[in-house]
Amino acid sequence: MTSPYPFAAIFGILIVALTIASGLIWIERRLLALWQDRYGPNRVGPFGLLQVLADTIKLLAKEDWIPPFADKPVFIIAPAIIMITVLMSFAVIPIAPGIIISDLNIALLFFLAMSSLGVYSIVLAGWSSDNKYSLLGGVRAAAQMLSYEVFMGLSLMGVVLLSGSFDLVDIVHAQRKIWFIIPQFLGFVLFLIAGLAETRRLPFDLPEAESELVAGFHSEYSGMKFGMFFVGEYLGVTLISAMITILFFGGWMGPVLPPIVWFLLKMFFFIGVFILMRASLPRPRFDQLMAWAWKLMLPLALANLLVTGAVVLAFFH
Amino acid sequence: MPTILKDIAAIAKGMSITFMEMFQPTVVENYPDGPGPLRGAKFQERYRGVHVLQRDENGLEKCVACFLCAAACPSNCIYIEAAENTEENRVSGAERYAKVYNIDYNRCIFCGYCVEACPTDAITHGHGFELATFNASSLVYRKEQMLAPIPAHIGANAVFNQAEVLGGAPAQVAPGE
Repeated sequence: MTSPYPFAAIFGILIVALTIASGLIWIERRLLALWQDRYGPNRVGPFGLLQVLADTIKLLAKEDWIPPFADKPVFIIAPAIIMITVLMSFAVIPIAPGIIISDLNIALLFFLAMSSLGVYSIVLAGWSSDNKYSLLGGVRAAAQMLSYEVFMGLSLMGVVLLSGSFDLVDIVHAQRKIWFIIPQFLGFVLFLIAGLAETRRLPFDLPEAESELVAGFHSEYSGMKFGMFFVGEYLGVTLISAMITILFFGGWMGPVLPPIVWFLLKMFFFIGVFILMRASLPRPRFDQLMAWAWKLMLPLALANLLVTGAVVLAFFH
Repeated sequence: MPTILKDIAAIAKGMSITFMEMFQPTVVENYPDGPGPLRGAKFQERYRGVHVLQRDENGLEKCVACFLCAAACPSNCIYIEAAENTEENRVSGAERYAKVYNIDYNRCIFCGYCVEACPTDAITHGHGFELATFNASSLVYRKEQMLAPIPAHIGANAVFNQAEVLGGAPAQVAPGE
C-alpha cells in the first residue's frame, strides 16, 4: 500500500513535517502565553506567524562557531543525527490511506530503532562539547533515554499483540472496531510518558535543564546547529504525537471528515497535551526520574504485556 | 497504589488549572498595540520616568537654577547653566532661571534624588519611558524636551498674571478670550 508516487510522498511528508515542526515553535509559544495570561509572540506578521521565519533568518545569519576545545567532527555531526533519525521515522508514518513513504512490515520496530539512534545525537553533542554542563546533560540523556526506551518498546507490545502486526497500517486497520486506547489504556499512558522522555520535553527535560545545566547538551551550540536541535525536538514531538494517534487513536479513521484531517486533528490534540504538560508540570529530580522508570514504569509495562498476552491467548485464539 | 492515584489526580488537577487559565483575561498590557495615547502602557503614579520640569500657576518655570538637583545627582547627569531673569525676559518666578537644563539619559539611573532635592518642586518624574535610540547623543535631553506645557486653563490670563508678577499694570484682556 506504499504511495504510487514515492517522490511526491517523500517531498510532501518532508515539507509538511518540517513545516509543522517549525510552526510548533510558534504554536507552543502562543499556547504557553495563553495559559500564562500573556500574549506571546505577536510582532512579526499576523499574530506573530512569521516569528519562525525571522528566527530562522537570525539563526542562519549567526556565526557558525565551533568551540576551539570541542571535538570538531563529532560536534558537527551530532545535530545532524537527530534530524536524520527523526525524519527517517516519518518514512513509516501512515498519515492517510496511500499517504505513506514506506509501508514497512516492521514499521514499529523501525520507529523504535530510530528513536534509539536519536540518543546518539544528544550523547555525542554533550560529549564533544567538552564542557562540564554539556557532558552532564549528555550523560543524563543517555541514562534517561535508554531507561525510558525499555518500557517504551514494552508498552507498545500490547498493541502489537492485539493487532498481530508490526506494520503501522495494519495496526490502524485493526482499530476499525475499537481504538486501542480502550483495551490498552495502560499502554497508552506508559507510551505517553516514555514519549515525553524520549523527546526530552518538560517535565523530562533533564538533559537540557536550563536552571541547572545552562542548556545541557546544546550549551555550546549556536546558529543553525542549535536550530537543528531545536527543530529536531519539535519534530520529535510531532512524531510521538503521530505515533500515539496511529497506535492508540485509530490513526486516520473517523467519521465525515477526510482521513488526513482526522489524522492531523488527533495529532495536534496530542501536541497540545504535550504543550499543556510543559505549561503545568515541574521537572523531577534525576534520581526520581530513574526510580520512576525502573521501579514503576517497567513493572507496569511488563504486567500490561502479561495481561494482554493472557487475554489474547484465552479469547482470540 | 492509592498514592499513585492521588499523584495522578494531583497532576490532572494541576493541568486543569493551567488549562482553565485559557479563559482568564490576559494580564499583560498590550503595550504598542493598546488603546489611548500610551498605546496600552499603564503606570503606577509613583513610576519614575523621564523628568518633567514643572511650571507654576502663572505658567512660569518653577526651576530657579539652584543646582541642588545637580549636586544630589549620584550619576552626575544634570547640567545647568543659570541666567538672571530680566524685565523683558521673565522665565521663572525668582531671580534666576535655568538657561540650559540638560539631563543625560545615558547616565541617569532614575533614582529620584533630584526630585527629592528640589526646593521648588520644579523637577519631577513623569511617566515617559520610550527612551530607546540608535544615537546616544540624542539621549541628552534639553530643557525644552522636558518642560511641562503651559497649562491650557491659564491661557490668556498668563499675560495678566505675568504682568502682575512684574509689578506693572494689568494687561487688557479681550472679552471672550
